[in-house]
Amino acid sequence: MVRRIERDRRRFEDIVRGKIKQDLSRHITQSELIGKQGDEIVSIPLPQIELPQFRYGPREQGGVGQGPGEVGDPVSSGGGEPSGAGDQPGTHIREVELSITEMTKLIGEALELPRIEPKGAESLKSVKGRYTGIRKVGPETLRSFRRTYREALKRQIASGNYDPRRPMVVPVREDMRYRSWRDEYLPVANAVIFYLMDVSGSMANEQKEIVRIQSFWIDNWIRSHYDGVVSRYIIHDAQAREVDRDIFFSTRESGGTRISSAYRLGAEIAEQEHPAEDWNLYFFHFSDGDNLGSGDNERCFDLLRERLLPMANLFGYGQVESRAGTGAFHGALAANIEADNLVLSKIPDRDGIVGSIRELLGTGK
Amino acid sequence: MPQTLSPELSELQQRIQAHAREVGLDFFDIVYEVLDWEEINEVAAFGGYPARYPHWRFGMEYIELSRSYAYGLSKIYEMVINNDPTYAYLLAANHHVDQKLVMAHVCGHGDFFKHNFMFAGTNRKMLDEMANHASRVRRYMERHGAEAVESFLDRCLSIENLIDYSAVTGYAQRMAVEGEEEEEGGRSTEPRRLKAKNYMDPFINPPAALAAERERRAAAEHREPRSVPEQPVRDILLFLQEHAPLERWQRDVLGIVREEAYYFAPQGRTKIMNEGWASYWHSRLMTERLLDPSEIIDYADHHSGTMATGPRRLNPYKVGIELWRDIEERWDKGRYGSDWTSCDDFAARERWDTGEMRGQEKIFEVRRHYNDVTFIDEFLTPDFVRRQGLFTFDYDKRAGRYVISDRDFAAVKERLLFMLTNFGQPSIDLVDANFLNRGELLLVHRYEGIPLKLDEALETLENLQAIWKRPVNLETDVDDEPVVLSYDGTEHRSEEALVDRA
Repeated sequence: MVRRIERDRRRFEDIVRGKIKQDLSRHITQSELIGKQGDEIVSIPLPQIELPQFRYGPREQGGVGQGPGEVGDPVSSGGGEPSGAGDQPGTHIREVELSITEMTKLIGEALELPRIEPKGAESLKSVKGRYTGIRKVGPETLRSFRRTYREALKRQIASGNYDPRRPMVVPVREDMRYRSWRDEYLPVANAVIFYLMDVSGSMANEQKEIVRIQSFWIDNWIRSHYDGVVSRYIIHDAQAREVDRDIFFSTRESGGTRISSAYRLGAEIAEQEHPAEDWNLYFFHFSDGDNLGSGDNERCFDLLRERLLPMANLFGYGQVESRAGTGAFHGALAANIEADNLVLSKIPDRDGIVGSIRELLGTGK
Repeated sequence: MPQTLSPELSELQQRIQAHAREVGLDFFDIVYEVLDWEEINEVAAFGGYPARYPHWRFGMEYIELSRSYAYGLSKIYEMVINNDPTYAYLLAANHHVDQKLVMAHVCGHGDFFKHNFMFAGTNRKMLDEMANHASRVRRYMERHGAEAVESFLDRCLSIENLIDYSAVTGYAQRMAVEGEEEEEGGRSTEPRRLKAKNYMDPFINPPAALAAERERRAAAEHREPRSVPEQPVRDILLFLQEHAPLERWQRDVLGIVREEAYYFAPQGRTKIMNEGWASYWHSRLMTERLLDPSEIIDYADHHSGTMATGPRRLNPYKVGIELWRDIEERWDKGRYGSDWTSCDDFAARERWDTGEMRGQEKIFEVRRHYNDVTFIDEFLTPDFVRRQGLFTFDYDKRAGRYVISDRDFAAVKERLLFMLTNFGQPSIDLVDANFLNRGELLLVHRYEGIPLKLDEALETLENLQAIWKRPVNLETDVDDEPVVLSYDGTEHRSEEALVDRA
């Protein structure tokens, strides 16, 4: 039986999803979310879901309490108020629980991100049989003993041939039941995501935090479209090296910036370990756009044109604004390279993350 | 599915009710339903009813209840609704001793519902009425779309506290639907003519009578008060129901919200008394009559859990039960009247006992004629405040936290009464429905030193405007300055109050 409350519960959850979408930028830029796995549940505080009324503010009203203490002593919330009440009795900050997977879906809906069509999807599909039902004909190896027995039992009881004292059940041809299957086409699409980040002196903590948040959601979005996703992390200042995820997000180095070093390393790893025939390749490069000299820019363009763009599904360049940087690389890329799998985006601050995600993933590639 | 009472529980119910009747409690028949925890959460989310109109806030409530139950934060022990027969719910998983406790407690509530004057006018067939409301709202949803009905419901619920909480005993005035059309006809000065054949007309509608009627109507027209409403109106929902330009179904939905608000109001206004009364009686029935020796520890544990107090939360069960006991003791020992109040001798007061033994009689009388406001006003004593360690607390803006502000009897009593008067809601009157002669609404918040929560107030104004369709204005105080907040459907404005309506 469906409970009456179910309808109300579902409706409430729809409203919650709507609220989250409305205020997506604030919710997904919460650093605490980052690092959670897809099925992990996160709590999202949602004020203002209560119906508004003319009422007193709790702080102005005060109240009457009970217990020991001198005049002037602070009163802790304690007692009947469960967690989360903080210093605001009466205002319910409701926590809504969602999994990261659901959040990612919400982002997709809110930003109207197109689904990613894996490259060469046709050829990559594999056929897999799945038992989906029961039928009356089939090979003996697939005979369902239980179903057959049940049919036979039914028939015998119906025709009065069944004697509970001598419970013998003999199936005839019509009782036979066999499992049936359907072919399912499963895409075996694999993807590798290269994150490249500029860790030169001009990338401060805030810039890195932005990169961290944005790459987290990009990662989740792409993961939700592929079976297996591998992430590779490359940091660079004047030189590039591959690091693991933790180091990627925590390193602070000083020094100059030579973007081409990272592009070259990325291209090398991709060519050796993730050939484009077998992999969907994604590159996301985050930098403040302050490259060392125009000579290096030229090298970058060459690498992009000749090696990276031909094999990549998508090459996203996100430029995090920083006070120190000139941010010239964005313009240089835009002026020099034209390719429909190269997407450029600027991220002025945390609030710009949502817009940037939309730009980078809006192509559906 | 609700299970019928097991023979064991049914026997227990008989036994407990026999004891309860012996000590003087009187209640309607009580019907228990045994529910598992999901079902009881569902019923609790619906406010105790098996069926309510569809609305998301019940779902929200349900999620919250289920979660706090799952985390072991709360557990609903008893739920009882004011109806004849009185319905109450038992949690299937509860221990035998808990079921006993709940049944004894429910007898107290049942008695209170039946006899307290606040409940005299409540609909005792509310269970059916709620189901009717539910099916009506569902029908409107089918006809006009779930979204439209829901958003209108949201607006109505946003102003559901704009009713007259002081109206005696929950008699919700009925809307004058029948009179409506007649009134519209009455606007013209032309008297109504009865149908008649031509040659009969002078006899059926005599010209002299018509002329007299015409004159009377013209005079009435001139006398008609310039302001609508004539007096400030507290029951704003009723006014809107009668006068707002609403469709028929909207009028009905608004009426449903209003009727339920009035139905629930007495429970809010007797919370301390009612919970205290039920606790007083479960405590007496259990300890004097019902408990097995083996159950005493569990009982004590659960009873004290219910009575737990927190520094920032006044537990109505606790305050209530203690006040009832205090009243009983005072009238048993004759500690009332002018002799007692004028006695300053501490030792004499300690020893004071006239042996009157009128306590029982007194508490039954009090449970009939009082509500929380009058109850606190009359029976809260300085001794009681001191013994119970009551205090007022306020928010200290500099320290950024709540601090104890006063332990003085007068301050505590004043604060308590303020919180209880008008059900802890701001007092808001509808003063003019033709404000500035432009058909705008003017509401006045009777400011008592505590400002409204501004962000919510603005949103509520939007909802009110959506119902009234013309601009709405609210006179209130913001930062100790009287202002008029206005919303005209597109933007909010705030002006200094022009009119002094003191």
